[in-house]
Amino acid sequence: MPPEPRDDGSLLSLERGLDALDPPAVGRRPWGRRVAAAVLPPLVAAVLVLVVWQLLIWAEVKDRATFPSPADVAAALWDQWQQGTLQEAVWLSLSRGALGFAFSVLIGTPLGLVVARVRVLRTALAPVLSGLQSLPSVAWVPAGILWFGLSPATVYFVVLLGAVPSIANGTISGIDQVPPIYLRVGRVLGARGLAAARYVIMPAALPGYVGGLKQGWAFAWRSLMAAELITQSPRLGTGLGQLLDTGRQLFDVSLVFGMIIAILVVGVAVDRLVFSPLERGVLRRRGLLVD
Amino acid sequence: MSVDTGRAAGRDTGPAARVEHLTKRFGAGPLVLDDISLDVAPGEFVCLVGASGCGKSTLLSLLAGLEKPTSGTAAVAGGRAALMFQESALLPWLTAGGNVELALRLAGVGRAARRARAEELLGLVRLEGAYDLRPHELSGGMRQRVALARALAQRTPVLLMDEPFAALDAITRDVLHDELARVWRETGVSVVFVTHNVREAVTLGQRVLLMSSRPGRFIRAWDVAAALGSGDGDRRPESVPVAALAAEITGRLREEIRRHAA
Repeated sequence: MPPEPRDDGSLLSLERGLDALDPPAVGRRPWGRRVAAAVLPPLVAAVLVLVVWQLLIWAEVKDRATFPSPADVAAALWDQWQQGTLQEAVWLSLSRGALGFAFSVLIGTPLGLVVARVRVLRTALAPVLSGLQSLPSVAWVPAGILWFGLSPATVYFVVLLGAVPSIANGTISGIDQVPPIYLRVGRVLGARGLAAARYVIMPAALPGYVGGLKQGWAFAWRSLMAAELITQSPRLGTGLGQLLDTGRQLFDVSLVFGMIIAILVVGVAVDRLVFSPLERGVLRRRGLLVD
Repeated sequence: MSVDTGRAAGRDTGPAARVEHLTKRFGAGPLVLDDISLDVAPGEFVCLVGASGCGKSTLLSLLAGLEKPTSGTAAVAGGRAALMFQESALLPWLTAGGNVELALRLAGVGRAARRARAEELLGLVRLEGAYDLRPHELSGGMRQRVALARALAQRTPVLLMDEPFAALDAITRDVLHDELARVWRETGVSVVFVTHNVREAVTLGQRVLLMSSRPGRFIRAWDVAAALGSGDGDRRPESVPVAALAAEITGRLREEIRRHAA
């Protein structure tokens, strides 16, 4: 005989009471406070660097011709801006970086999936992928030039070899870190093969995968700058790397420093404006991030 | 050794789950389950109790098809069973409703019907307002109710439950016992419920099976309604007949555990 329901009204209200009391409080700080907390510390750090830099200039630790002041660098950047070359270089490098990164994602993601899930391929390829990740991709520039000449193909070749292993490795570690309980749930719910990959494994691996994308972007940008720095050719136009090398050829230290700063700022900006929000969004939706 | 594991009504339609001469060992390890046989009738509520290492969770994994028997068979009607774990194991990237909908989708329910059916199932476990909440926004008890709704969404004739309430506080656990009993009565699903909590087993089950440890075997079966006699109407864990039966089963379980002291 089944147990009969007891006084259902009081059970229901007891349950409603528990449901109201028990769930964890989920709240976020107000928007303004969050932005301030995210922006102020790095801003202060940047100002401190500028101050130290200016102090070194005033202390005259080095000759101004080889060690420019913040004002010199700002003037050089302003000069490039007025000529339009700075915007052009940023745009060219950024669009190349974005395209190269997009191709790297298209190649690295399925590669990582297959290597993570097929045991033979994993044994064969996982060490190669980690090895490629630690190989500085600038090492591929000479090979690229010999194969593709001074063409955009060389630049993309270097970017791909820099970013693909990083994205593939991110995918692999994302899949490896999927808690086994989710795989069991998937099997109990009847997800096999492709359905398991689509509904369980890939979404479960998303946090690690997004981490891999973030790192992949850093590698793509780094590789692109290495390639641009070495390959000077009218066919390639003038990206940030080429502009940096132009500064070296002209003995224009201010331009050199200005370009280093520009490369740094663009790389960080993409990370902060694209990948960090993406990563935080994924983690927050899963309750893995409190702010 | 063969123990009469008891039987329930409803034999004529064939069992909802049938285990025959089931043996399981992992690799070259010791025997986990030793020649187990069990029939679960359609709509029956069976509780398995035993100490750690009695293989009760392994038996559920075998019934769910997550493990392969070393010998013998473990089969459920319809070939597939829903399984609930001690942790809710809700997928954290989906909302409560999304978790239920995924089970419906994988069970072949069409897109148009899914949303309404998922809302209905969440209503069945009294979580009408939780559709868009994510697992981390729910309490432990609410998560287990969503997991129950998700398991019911699979529409399997058998629901396997592996200590689903063990991690909950006492009041929440009592509430969920009543919820489960109500849902079981309303849906007519067969339940195989594993627990080490004897009172829980006596409160919920129609039949309680006690398992030995290392290797796991059935050593005794109780027909709860018969054992409680006229007191069956009152299944509160604190009622006298329930407490007496729980004490009897606990005594037998202690005996079994002491056997391993030597």
